[in-house]
Amino acid sequence: MSNHEIIGLAAIIIGICFDVVGCIGLVRLPDIYNRLQAGTKCVTFGTCGILIGALIMCDRPEIAFKALLCAIFVLATSPVAAHAISRGAHRSGVKLWKGSVMDEYAQDKEGQLPGDQTEAE
Amino acid sequence: MNCILAGMPGSAAAMLPLATVPIPEEWQWLFFPLLLCCFLCLYRVAAGPTAPDRTVAIDILGTLVVGFCVIVALVTGIDFFMNIAIAWALLSFVGTIALAKYLEGRGFDE
Repeated sequence: MSNHEIIGLAAIIIGICFDVVGCIGLVRLPDIYNRLQAGTKCVTFGTCGILIGALIMCDRPEIAFKALLCAIFVLATSPVAAHAISRGAHRSGVKLWKGSVMDEYAQDKEGQLPGDQTEAE
Repeated sequence: MNCILAGMPGSAAAMLPLATVPIPEEWQWLFFPLLLCCFLCLYRVAAGPTAPDRTVAIDILGTLVVGFCVIVALVTGIDFFMNIAIAWALLSFVGTIALAKYLEGRGFDE
């Protein structure tokens, strides 16, 4: 095997390890916000590792460009989706885990005047 | 899989190897950790106590399938799977945003 294939396979294997750790966190952690933290960060980095490995391994430039484009899509969309889910969960009234120490979004919403319909960002 | 794709347009170009030395068949074991991840996500979809848990699990499953498609494209040498990966990434994002807006309990035009 040539040099760049070894580097690409190393990137793919690192990415798969991050995916496995993220999914174990998705199953094991106690509440929705912790699961979101573990799952989204680890799985985004792991999938980007797989895509960067494919980018390094491929010799045909159009495939490498597709891998790069897909990595950019995943990096741009996954944090936005995680933020939207956590905001929707908090607004639909999902309670935090009993060991949580901070809830700044609820504190910001308490600071609003009653009847004020603007959002506390 | 070769016989399935033999009649598709562009399949002659699709059968070119993606790398100079094709990945040997032994690298198919790369599939199994990702399959394990997919089953863990499906466990969370089935057992999640609230609706946002299931939404998170579906979002992560979509991201995993993108990586799975890329590895399938590398091992089999069929570059059509890269297009599937790009389309899956975008559609998974749209679906997750729609579910999140539904959880928030507001209309889509707000």
